[in-house]
Amino acid sequence: MNRLKGMNRTTRKNYITYLVVIAAYVILEVLMRGGGLKAATKGMLVPICAYIVMALSLNLTVGIMGELSLGHAGFMSVGAFCGTATTMCLVNAIPSGGLRLCLGIIVGTIAAALVGFLIGIPVLRLRGDYLAIVTLAFGEIIKSIVGNVYMGVDGGRLKFSMFTNELNLSPNGRIIIEGAMGIRSIPRIATFTAGFILIMISLIVIFHMVGSRAGRAIMAIRDNYIAAESIGIPAFKYKITAFTISAAMAGAAGALFGNNYSSLIASKFNIDTSILVLVFVVLGGQGNMLGSIIAAAALTILPEALRGFADYRMLMYAIILIAVMLVSNNAKVKDILKNLAEKRAAKAMKGGAAHE
Amino acid sequence: MSNVVLKCKDLGIVFGGLAAVNDFDIEVHEKEIAGLIGPNGAGKTTVFNLLTKVYEPTSGEIFLNGESTAKKTTVQLSKAGIARTFQNIRLFNRLTVAENVMTAMNQSMRYSLFEAVLRLPRYWKEEKEARAKALELLSIFDMQGMADVSAGSLPYGAQRRLEIVRALATEPSLLLLDEPAAGMNPAETAELMENIGRIRDRFGIAILLIEHDMSLVMGICDQITGLNFGQVIARGTPEQIQSNPVVIEAYLGKHKEG
Repeated sequence: MNRLKGMNRTTRKNYITYLVVIAAYVILEVLMRGGGLKAATKGMLVPICAYIVMALSLNLTVGIMGELSLGHAGFMSVGAFCGTATTMCLVNAIPSGGLRLCLGIIVGTIAAALVGFLIGIPVLRLRGDYLAIVTLAFGEIIKSIVGNVYMGVDGGRLKFSMFTNELNLSPNGRIIIEGAMGIRSIPRIATFTAGFILIMISLIVIFHMVGSRAGRAIMAIRDNYIAAESIGIPAFKYKITAFTISAAMAGAAGALFGNNYSSLIASKFNIDTSILVLVFVVLGGQGNMLGSIIAAAALTILPEALRGFADYRMLMYAIILIAVMLVSNNAKVKDILKNLAEKRAAKAMKGGAAHE
Repeated sequence: MSNVVLKCKDLGIVFGGLAAVNDFDIEVHEKEIAGLIGPNGAGKTTVFNLLTKVYEPTSGEIFLNGESTAKKTTVQLSKAGIARTFQNIRLFNRLTVAENVMTAMNQSMRYSLFEAVLRLPRYWKEEKEARAKALELLSIFDMQGMADVSAGSLPYGAQRRLEIVRALATEPSLLLLDEPAAGMNPAETAELMENIGRIRDRFGIAILLIEHDMSLVMGICDQITGLNFGQVIARGTPEQIQSNPVVIEAYLGKHKEG
């Protein structure tokens, strides 16, 4: 505890975030092994992990870089399709599900990073509202492209076609991606442990980046673009770095997500998904990673928890969301929280002074 | 004669037919403090924006340490040795004071993002050095105690001083100060004057400063250039400027007999 006090505020907050994630993983894993989890809850663990990674990824763009991206589901889609297609192709070559999943996530991550980089080149020349609108457009473009891809394996070779199925597979060939029908009969090899590892890696990457010269540069550009350039920070270079990493994480989340369901279609990754992830980030607090994690988990569970309301489920969901937003942005609540934090800081200062 | 750090020749910019700055010439030497004075709208800040390429000059040339800056961008000019502060303070408000200064050392740091994510030895070494250097620079203004406070929460005067420290952290050969004493009380201004002189002596750099506070300009400047309507109207030592009738008329108001 004393060591925790000695660290600066950011470091302490990072460690608390790691601890919360690890504790949640251990508790859920123990419950799962002991049979204390319902099948429905168990089935939600991997999607929750995927959405948490998505929220972290978008929080990097929105909270740290300070730009609004409305097309994040697009990167998730690229990761999901590339990652799942990879694991499907390797079904016979690699029997180990864990290894296959790992490869699938790596391929999904790289593919989404590449797409993020390419989209970032034109998009990051814009700022604010304009950037947001253009990312929305790119998200829809990705959805349309992915929904029109046909891919198959035939005698160890990959075959592709666009818009119509012209793969001409031999009888031994296997179709993997079938346009708007997407990918079917996926082996579902994603695991909760893989999700947990992915969250931890994402957190480490984000925290370590924020605590480095690259992170400072990115936040400096966010806080004051002109001043950042005046001290020699090449804004575009740092923004595209952050955006590519953010896209890569969304790709990893997608690959995990895709490998968790028996079928996958491109229209799942539409603007609704992008907005849902944005809601996680805004609710959890921009730049606040622990907040994103909690918001993503809570809002993914909420619709399931509200099943009792039957037809009024989504209405209740909306009401709860509005209530939480209002309460967390209430001036009085904010004052109370601020006073609490100040009291703690004053106490810590007193303690620090006494030590000297 | 010491080295010429900054030399401008016939520098000018036209905004839609209006010559905001016209035929601006100046020479600033190493270890020299030059003042730029003039009434509101005279084009003083525009000169700074031209020097740092926030605006592209429409005519004239700028030489920094003998090299033309024609093809350089704002970012490259920082590397080449120009640092500045802003009239309307521009700090990285959500970063801490120390982080503001460390951000300015970015171009002299070498570790990659990969090394940062894996926290390899070079990351720790350079971060430790950068922080130590930031604290040392902050000590010029006795600000090392505020290192971990967020910059946006600093009092006004401290924000102005932090901007100067941040500019110094880029290791410039030319420091441009845009109204460093704006909004400060006389005691703070006097202290700032002393510190600007000390910065010049310690770092051996050239300083060009814009100032409204005449006592500050007269007290520490080696040479002064007066601007009005984008034109140089006078040039000389503080004494010469003080007694120059054109400056008195343009800047201090028309002299009344009696």
